[in-house]
Amino acid sequence: MIEFYLNGEPQHCASLAPDTSILELLRNDLQRTGTKEGCASGDCGACTVAIGEPDHDGRLHYHSTNACITPAHQLQGRHLVTVEGLSRGDALHPVQAAMVECHASQCGFCTPGIVMSLFTLHERQRQSPIALDDACLEATLGGNLCRCTGYRPIQKAARHMANQPDVRPPWADDPKLDNDTAALGNTLEATGYAIPNTLATLHALRRQYPTARLVAGATDLWLEATQRLEAFENLIDISRVAELQAIDETPDGWWIGASVTYARLEPLLDEVYPAFARLLRRLGSSQIRNRGTLGGNIANASPIGDTPPILLALDAHLALEGPEGARKLPLDAFFLDYKRTALEPGEFIRAIFLPRPESDQHLEVWKLSKRREDDISAVLGAFAWREENGCLHDVHLAFGGMDATPRRAQATEAVLEGHPADMATFEAARQALERDFQPLDDVRGSAAYRRLAAANLLERLRLTIDHDAAQEVCLDAYAH
Amino acid sequence: MRTLTDLSRPPAGPETTDRHTAPAEPRQAPAHDSATLYVTGRARYLDDQPSPADALHVAVGLSPTARGRLTQLNLDAVRRAPGVVDVITVTDIPGKTDVGPVFPGDPLLADAEVRYVGQPLFAVAATDFKAARRAVALAEIEIDAQPAQLDPVAAAEAEEWVRPPHVQQSGDWQQALAGAVHVLEAKQFVGGQEHFYLEGQACLALPNEDDGVIVHTSSQHPSEVQKLIAEVLGVSFHAVTVEVRRMGGGFGGKETQAAPWACLAALLARRTGRAIRMRLPRGDDMRATGKRHPFHNRYRLGFDAQGVLTGGDITVIGDCGHSPDLSEAIVDRAMFHADNAYSLGDARVTGIPARTHNPSNTAFRGFGGPQGMMIVERAMDDIARHLGEDPLTIRKRNLYRPGRDVTHYGQRVEQTALLHEVVSRLETDSDYWSRRDAIRAYNANSPILKKGLALTPVKFGISFTAKHLNQAGALLHVYTDGSVMINHGGTEMGQGLHTKVGQVVARELGLDNSAVRISATRTDKVPNTSPTAASSGADLNGMAARNAAIEVRERLCEFAAEHYQLDREDLHLMDGELVAGRGESERRIAWGELVQAAYLGRVSLSATGFYATPLIHYDRTTGQGRPFYYYAHGAAVSEVVVDTLSGEYRVTRVDILHDVGDSLNPAIDTGQVEGGFIQGMGWLTSEELKWDASGRLLSDGPATYKIPTIGDTPPDFRVSLLEGHPNSQASLYRSKAVGEPPFMLAISVWSALRDALSSLADYRVSPALDTPATPERVLFAAQTLRQAPETRTPAETPQ
Repeated sequence: MIEFYLNGEPQHCASLAPDTSILELLRNDLQRTGTKEGCASGDCGACTVAIGEPDHDGRLHYHSTNACITPAHQLQGRHLVTVEGLSRGDALHPVQAAMVECHASQCGFCTPGIVMSLFTLHERQRQSPIALDDACLEATLGGNLCRCTGYRPIQKAARHMANQPDVRPPWADDPKLDNDTAALGNTLEATGYAIPNTLATLHALRRQYPTARLVAGATDLWLEATQRLEAFENLIDISRVAELQAIDETPDGWWIGASVTYARLEPLLDEVYPAFARLLRRLGSSQIRNRGTLGGNIANASPIGDTPPILLALDAHLALEGPEGARKLPLDAFFLDYKRTALEPGEFIRAIFLPRPESDQHLEVWKLSKRREDDISAVLGAFAWREENGCLHDVHLAFGGMDATPRRAQATEAVLEGHPADMATFEAARQALERDFQPLDDVRGSAAYRRLAAANLLERLRLTIDHDAAQEVCLDAYAH
Repeated sequence: MRTLTDLSRPPAGPETTDRHTAPAEPRQAPAHDSATLYVTGRARYLDDQPSPADALHVAVGLSPTARGRLTQLNLDAVRRAPGVVDVITVTDIPGKTDVGPVFPGDPLLADAEVRYVGQPLFAVAATDFKAARRAVALAEIEIDAQPAQLDPVAAAEAEEWVRPPHVQQSGDWQQALAGAVHVLEAKQFVGGQEHFYLEGQACLALPNEDDGVIVHTSSQHPSEVQKLIAEVLGVSFHAVTVEVRRMGGGFGGKETQAAPWACLAALLARRTGRAIRMRLPRGDDMRATGKRHPFHNRYRLGFDAQGVLTGGDITVIGDCGHSPDLSEAIVDRAMFHADNAYSLGDARVTGIPARTHNPSNTAFRGFGGPQGMMIVERAMDDIARHLGEDPLTIRKRNLYRPGRDVTHYGQRVEQTALLHEVVSRLETDSDYWSRRDAIRAYNANSPILKKGLALTPVKFGISFTAKHLNQAGALLHVYTDGSVMINHGGTEMGQGLHTKVGQVVARELGLDNSAVRISATRTDKVPNTSPTAASSGADLNGMAARNAAIEVRERLCEFAAEHYQLDREDLHLMDGELVAGRGESERRIAWGELVQAAYLGRVSLSATGFYATPLIHYDRTTGQGRPFYYYAHGAAVSEVVVDTLSGEYRVTRVDILHDVGDSLNPAIDTGQVEGGFIQGMGWLTSEELKWDASGRLLSDGPATYKIPTIGDTPPDFRVSLLEGHPNSQASLYRSKAVGEPPFMLAISVWSALRDALSSLADYRVSPALDTPATPERVLFAAQTLRQAPETRTPAETPQ
């Protein structure tokens, strides 16, 4: 049984299969059909709902998520808000009123999802004003596809929310909601889906269910349910394990718990690695960043995961835990082959160590994809280096999309290390890169494109380092 | 005995509540009639319909092979799977097994021959959706694979067609080429496009007490769904009722290709006696249904020293997939638009509908027109580079003008002055020439980033080219509380058709929009309807509804003249009242009172309306005629910035001026213009369909098929409707169709990308740039220009 609130009303759902998504729960079990299925893969946003989770202040904070790939069991002790839960009688919520006023729906199928994404923005606006510039709207709505409007009236509606009468949802400001959801806690009966609170419980569950899959954000795992129709027998949800949720600062850097979401990571990265933070805003969508985790991105070991190349370039390492105890491993040694990692049976990632940047360290991260928002890389290059007396040092170049695993370009690094950042050095580097990688053809790009584009990123790097060049070398100024 | 509703009390329903509200006028812009339902989640789409608790869910088994003989289809394990109630193959179809919409060629379920990856082989009905889908995976399928034809150019050369090629010709094209000062030739590949309607194909079939069914479907063509279901079941049309309330997007993808699923559901409903729910998971939808036709185009054109076309030869080869579907008309429309807004001179245009082992490609906003326009827009750029002129200069010189105003298929372009005005006003309003100078200066100093600018016009023919489809019907009821119900043959897919038709009826009856309601489109209300397609929804159905409203209005006025002893000539309906006379002698009778009096006076308060478009004709044997009632025009200026090291680019500013005649609803029309433009931009830029060598679609979901997202909307997006130019033809209140024409404004983005690339060779080379112009294609184009700028070979990259 799971217990949660739906639009302010308590819900008790008995005997849900572990592979049930929030969307299936809403549409099939609860007959709430306002939330739509567009793709069942977390890519279109038609199923966007808001989940209220208690924050440090004990109040519920609302984050958007794709209901199609979020496990229904993650609702335990949460407040789920759907498009049906915003208006107060006939009085429309400001988001809804603005959408109507600005003619922001045509076929309307994406509208519930867009309303819910804007609802989370509106909630944040209520707490502290945020500039509703293009960057903010793209961050909020980049994961909500609309095939009809071309988005212009949706942008307008977002900017007109504030001009509407301040109608609050019927359940708003009900203190009972904050208290009751907190009281519901995490414990679930043995339904095949366990949500441990502590590392110790997690270890115990791992021993008890050695074959159980681990799930955190589910943003990739759940595709096995919706696309490949897998039925999960047992799942252990690590998204609420306190130790895996922590970000611990040390003199040398930060230990980031494996189930820290991208969204929670963003403020730290903004501060210490702005180039990393900029990349993060192009990783998936807001809905994905609210659920997906750094640990998941690594454990998934996809050749096209966005964060591993950056973490490789930054010399990150991992804290692993398993039946045989704990160990540390450089990230470099973690990826063995396509989707194969150095994790031993029963072992899991506890935390990722992100080293503190040297004061003279540079980092550039460039992602190439067909679409700028919410797309998967064809090629992602991460470049870290220092300059001393006109020469490059501590050069770390890592690429995604260029091999079966994300990995460093060792031959290229060797050519650059200790050499001046001039055309001759980079010409040699370009040739070395040819030796480093033999990329594949796939739906995201041909091998020839990947090879040429990756080599050209080296040229972009040279131009970026070449302080004399007063020219623009990438499109950052034209995008958000 | 019947008591009439007391109208002195405030009405609870949609009755007029405020007499002071302005009546429906053509410039009004009421919101979409479902807007509030949309934002509250109350708008019901197909899969949101309630159904009986014992409803069954359907999944379809699709061919994994592009071409071959089906040697074994063992469904024993499927039948035994948990929850499975019924499994059908082609032998279970009682009536016709071919559901080809115009020509035969579309088996509902495969017989012995398999013709594309994704072809339905069998269907499973089970107690829930997942059970049905899991059962499908248990089928044992053996196909003796044969080599598949996946290359439409090779198919065209081998004369593998779904229909015979067609030729349109005006004058002596060979003489024109022989005598031309300059001759250029080039080829291009124009990629296809997945509709990506947000609501996938879906239907709900309910068996009725006779031998028939009631089917709710997400279809643009309910009458055809009705016909095909009846034929598949072997029953009369009157046994089948099809209803469409709304679609979550259509764009042409539900014109013919919603029908097979409805046929399967109807058949299973008859077999099981239970309600059948069906929807295609996104991946199945993308694999099993046809898309916008990819085209391989080529031109050989002659022009004078000024760059004005004298004539030549254009060929367009459409990749039609395995069957005709609508491809003949689609390739025709590509041919009709191979001139876009320019006189081709003495030209021959040839269209070849090539057959390949792909899903049958189908209607998609523009219906081949966009693909046809691409070849002449390529020519305009190429001529400009050849002569060292700005592409806009060449485009303007080639626009249809008096004396050069007859198309290669013999239709005269009437509004040439309007076409010139649209272009010259946009040229001024967008600051084209000063931005051109600024861009040249920027590019001269920017080796990596290059900016590009292009203005492209649109001239799009309005009417179905199949003449008989240019008809529509409507059914209007006035109830005794004064509320009005209008049904018509058009379907609502988000384009605001019902809102516009409601406005038309309200305007004719002098009522507030809220007094008029449109319910679902149903085959038992308005029969034998045409698809909602070809941008014709409002033109045709609005006229039919207007004629029905006029009929009722005339009856009411005749009745009132006699009943109230008023001068018939002096009566009109406005502001919710019948107004007679003026000044001192003015008399007003409330609409509700009039309606009740008419009812008691035994006047029929219901009427049908009908409309057939006049003037149009086309002779396929001569390739000449007047296929279009009128043309819609527009123009766009797009500016881009390209990173020539990575191939990435951004569209930074877009200015649009579009002609909708006298707009029926400026808000809805503006939405169509903006949305059409962005959809067109996606087609030409990020939306890439990719197949593997065996004909399997790789880009089969939104993770790999990238339609524009909010960040792709140009940060500076200036859209205007042309005012003061009513339609020269007697269309609905002199408005113009708006669904498709704006789509092609996006060609300006592609042309701007070519412009930016051309700067790499000092604007002396016109780079080949097939579409979609993904970063990959843009990068290779840049690389080609950098490595060998003198190369002029018109490359064509295979898809």
